[in-house]
Amino acid sequence: MIVLSVVDLVIAATLVLLLALLSLRMHPDLGRQLVIAALRTAIQLSLIGLVLKVLFANASLLWVTLMACIMLLIAGREVMVRQERRFRGWWGYAVGTFSMFVSSFVVTIFALTVILGDDPWYTPQYAIPLLGMLLGNTMNGISISMDRLTQTAWEQATTIEARLMLGERADEAIADIRRQAIRSGMIPIINAMAAAGVISLPGMMTGQILAGAAPLDAVKYQILIMFLIAAGTGLGTLAAVAVGARHLFDARQRLCLDRLRQRP
Amino acid sequence: MTAQAPDPVTAQQSLLQLEKLQRPAIGPVSLAVDAGECVCISGPSGAGKSQLLRAIADLDPHAGEVRLSGMPADSISPPEWRRQVGLLPPESSWWLPRVSDHFHARVLLAEVGLADSILEQPVARLSSGEKQRLALLRLLANQPSVLLLDEPTANLDPENTRRVEAMIAAYRATHGAAVIWVSHDQEQAARVCDRHYATVAGTLQLLAAKSPA
Repeated sequence: MIVLSVVDLVIAATLVLLLALLSLRMHPDLGRQLVIAALRTAIQLSLIGLVLKVLFANASLLWVTLMACIMLLIAGREVMVRQERRFRGWWGYAVGTFSMFVSSFVVTIFALTVILGDDPWYTPQYAIPLLGMLLGNTMNGISISMDRLTQTAWEQATTIEARLMLGERADEAIADIRRQAIRSGMIPIINAMAAAGVISLPGMMTGQILAGAAPLDAVKYQILIMFLIAAGTGLGTLAAVAVGARHLFDARQRLCLDRLRQRP
Repeated sequence: MTAQAPDPVTAQQSLLQLEKLQRPAIGPVSLAVDAGECVCISGPSGAGKSQLLRAIADLDPHAGEVRLSGMPADSISPPEWRRQVGLLPPESSWWLPRVSDHFHARVLLAEVGLADSILEQPVARLSSGEKQRLALLRLLANQPSVLLLDEPTANLDPENTRRVEAMIAAYRATHGAAVIWVSHDQEQAARVCDRHYATVAGTLQLLAAKSPA
């Protein structure tokens, strides 16, 4: 692998600076945002690089777990803030974090212990990138499905209540909306799997190839990741929508839209 | 006379009993409706009439208690309660493409002036008056023992209004149903109900009562 020097990165940075200068003339704010985002990328990635370096040197279960938990909590928060009408209070956060746990934690541990089988199973070189990719990708599906669930329930409140009035159970009255929400959460990963290798070259595979891995080995890893993401997204979406749909009703099966926040 | 203190003797036997029922805009309301009896409620918009009906159907949290034949709502499962205490909202909702998809049994369309062919129509093509009558038939198919009707004839012409009134009267007689009917129409109230209340400052004020036959 060709190791990059600081000078190489400075050359790439001048491209961003040039772009910023160009856009400064058209739209002053855009140039500023571009530079700030570029700086964030450099700083955040350098920091995580340092963290991973330390973590790899001290491969203890305690440190790996701590790192994984921090990643999970941040992902849970991200799922929540991406929704327009999220649940009020700690519930909004809990649903997101719980589903991310189901989708990513469980699937990562399964992959590490059953499929990869390294010794020890929590070797951070595998555990952390795997968890990171799963969190990043399943987050999408889960937040889309939750957003769809709460948004549609809000819009179709009259219909849901009309069905309740006719004696349907809460889970019957919201069944259609729940199905739609699960479907919309799953569509991104289905599309990604269908397009993989034909329209897009997945990032992890290209990264491994750049790092010198044999293309077919890289492909095998990419297929593994795709399947894990699909399973994680499916499980996480099912969990999030099931818990969320229940929480839209109270113990007397009344639709409780006051549990959702107003659109900001 | 106000509706706050029901006669203790009749309250014991009533099919539907409201005990200090309270929502933000209305209450506490105490009211007893006997089997086969019809009670009308009139009042300006926003006076809490719909809130009251929703609370009786247990669709909104409320203070106070509702009892059906002496059984408190809490002791009956919510779906069963709502089948027994059927609420007809002012605007009907339809969630399947065709009218017939919403019905499981045969319906008496002719009694409310509708042709059988309407069942095969897409819901999107119905007029608001047709929807209102179909919604009533859909509700009656559950055979509720209490009917909560929120302006059930608001979108109807006089002829169909009479048909709907007759159908409800017949259902009331054959099933011994208790009816609470929200109506703005004073003449209609006089035609259909045994007791007529008005909402005044969040309480029910008795306007008129027919003496028992």
